[in-house]
Amino acid sequence: MVDLLRFATAGSVDDGKSTLIGRLLYDSKSVFQDQLESVERTSADRGDDYTNLALLTDGLRAEREQGITIDVAYRYFSTPVRSFIVADTPGHVQYTRNMVTGASTADLALVLVDARKGVIEQTRRHAALSGLLRVPHVVLAVNKMDLVGFDQSVFDAIVKDFADLADEVGLTDVTAIPMAALPGDNVVHRSAAMPWYDGPALLEHLEQVHVERDHGETRPARFPVQYVIRPMSTERPDYRGYAGTVASGTLRVGDHVLVLPSGRRTTVAGIDTADGELQQAVARQAVTVRLAHELDVSRGDLLAAADAPPQTLSVLEATVCWMADTPLRPGAPVLVKHTTRTVKASVSALHDRLDVTTLARGPVDELGLNDIGRVSLRTASPLAVDPYAEDRTTGAFLIVDAVTGTTLGAGMID
Amino acid sequence: MTTVATGLSQLDLLEAESIHVMREVAAEFERPALLFSGGKDSIVMLHLASKAFWPARIPFPLVHVDTGHNFDEVLAFRDRRVAELGARLVVARVQDDIDAGRVREVPGGLRNPLQTTTLLRAIEEGRYDAVFGGARRDEEKARAKERFFSFRDAFGQWDPKNQRPELWNLYNGRHARGEHIRVFPLSNWTELDVWRYIAREGIEVPAIYFAHEREVFERDGMLLGVTPHSLPREGETVSTRVVRYRTVGDASCTGAVSSPARTPAEVVEEVAVTRLTERGATRADDRASEAAMEDRKKEGYF
Repeated sequence: MVDLLRFATAGSVDDGKSTLIGRLLYDSKSVFQDQLESVERTSADRGDDYTNLALLTDGLRAEREQGITIDVAYRYFSTPVRSFIVADTPGHVQYTRNMVTGASTADLALVLVDARKGVIEQTRRHAALSGLLRVPHVVLAVNKMDLVGFDQSVFDAIVKDFADLADEVGLTDVTAIPMAALPGDNVVHRSAAMPWYDGPALLEHLEQVHVERDHGETRPARFPVQYVIRPMSTERPDYRGYAGTVASGTLRVGDHVLVLPSGRRTTVAGIDTADGELQQAVARQAVTVRLAHELDVSRGDLLAAADAPPQTLSVLEATVCWMADTPLRPGAPVLVKHTTRTVKASVSALHDRLDVTTLARGPVDELGLNDIGRVSLRTASPLAVDPYAEDRTTGAFLIVDAVTGTTLGAGMID
Repeated sequence: MTTVATGLSQLDLLEAESIHVMREVAAEFERPALLFSGGKDSIVMLHLASKAFWPARIPFPLVHVDTGHNFDEVLAFRDRRVAELGARLVVARVQDDIDAGRVREVPGGLRNPLQTTTLLRAIEEGRYDAVFGGARRDEEKARAKERFFSFRDAFGQWDPKNQRPELWNLYNGRHARGEHIRVFPLSNWTELDVWRYIAREGIEVPAIYFAHEREVFERDGMLLGVTPHSLPREGETVSTRVVRYRTVGDASCTGAVSSPARTPAEVVEEVAVTRLTERGATRADDRASEAAMEDRKKEGYF
């Protein structure tokens, strides 16, 4: 039973993302009266001749001043069918890293296109990022259909352009919906203005999209050790449990596991929670594991299914989204944070940069803010990794500045 | 008891995510602390912390920033719960900062804005490098912008335009000495989730969250209880009503709502259909301006 869907919005400035989210919240009756009154008051104060639903999500002073979204805003709403966590992310190129932030935990990406403009550079960027981040489902929201006379041929042409793009960037599940967020066509309610469209309104689709198999329950077990629990109490003088969250697969009592990177073998003796013992724990469950043998296991180690272990590597080939003003150059010493392990590392080679307009890859000397490129990283000690395409947890890492501590980039193992 | 996990419900997922965040902090920081006011969100945090480290004790102290304008029931609850868990409680008093001249009482007696100074002093004195707060993103539009790990500079300031990107479940807690991280394990919870969880887990909360008779008077569209810290002014009439509190903060600025809900299950039903946010309904301090919360958070408020 999965009744929670996380989705992220992506679109260019002024495509109407915040308006769409506002409309979704408003028409699904998820806006509270005091929030609406506040938005109505502010709209009137600013001289808008309509209630500006974008103000429901643009909460920062600077956002309201400039009428743009600067940072991810998280919104929550539910219908009788499902609960939703929405990451409303900025469209401005300058804030691409915040779109990546929202998309990294999303089950679904909502890519907005202005019907008058069609597929533009930002659309290509967002499709490419959704593909790279392996967001399992994509909705192509062709917005502002009211401004093109609800013309089916405009919609069809954009759907065709996007289908070509989706193939190039590896998006597998794309659903296109024509809509007009400002008046609310096909957002929550099906539109009478577009009788040629017989698919679901956006909310119906969000309620129906199937997400169970996206969380790796069927993959081999992976369990990064977060924290060692040793009560040293009189009742439990010898208790030693390894606390963590199952990253993927199912961990069962009696399973043979490898402790990586050391490679020692043992079995799961017990799975504990404060509510009692479990026979098995599935991906995303936070539990405490007891092992059959007294081994040296600590934070940063990974327990993995013995018959299908990940690779243990000290040279990583990865695609990196660079998120810092200071450019990435080969040779830079950094920290890599992978699951629960942080190690020293250096970028040994920069192979190429992805041009998001042409989707061509070409050689470069450095990666700048918001650039995407392929690199090799050498780590001071080995990491147990899976390809990101197979596992969004054991395949992902952060690059952190060893001196200032800031997050420099996001990495996905090839 | 042995249970076999089948599907995970939304509450299971929220619980697991919060526990994951708490364990990250316990593992990576030297001196974490958990802000505990005796309100429902911090009670849920405490419950999650006791689960995260079970069968060991919670490996960090609790800090209460005490405005001095408390509801008696909440203080009694706080002390009993701390004793039951064998946890350590540090109380930082706003009154001490007033007495020392570090802050001044404002006309009208609102003490909530003064909390920031006391909170930052407590963090400095305790040398805490991570501080858990029970803030939720659904509460308020500035909080909707928060990360799970929120970097604060040496002055405790939040810079909403320059937050660290936060990807997957990889949290970056790096900071220099004097800086710290605010951690919000309940980021993805809504008020309804909190109440559904309280009902499911059988978590005890102070009695003022449930319907009771109280002497109240109306001010700015809110029902304020008659307490030594909130007294009616001329022209405000006192009546006895059946009310409950949706948030428990400083008594001088926290309003009650008319409600017959006497159990967690009845509160769940009520919250599920309410048309007002909890802050909009009952918190005077957020009504000061469009960006009241953002401005306070930039200063160091949680």
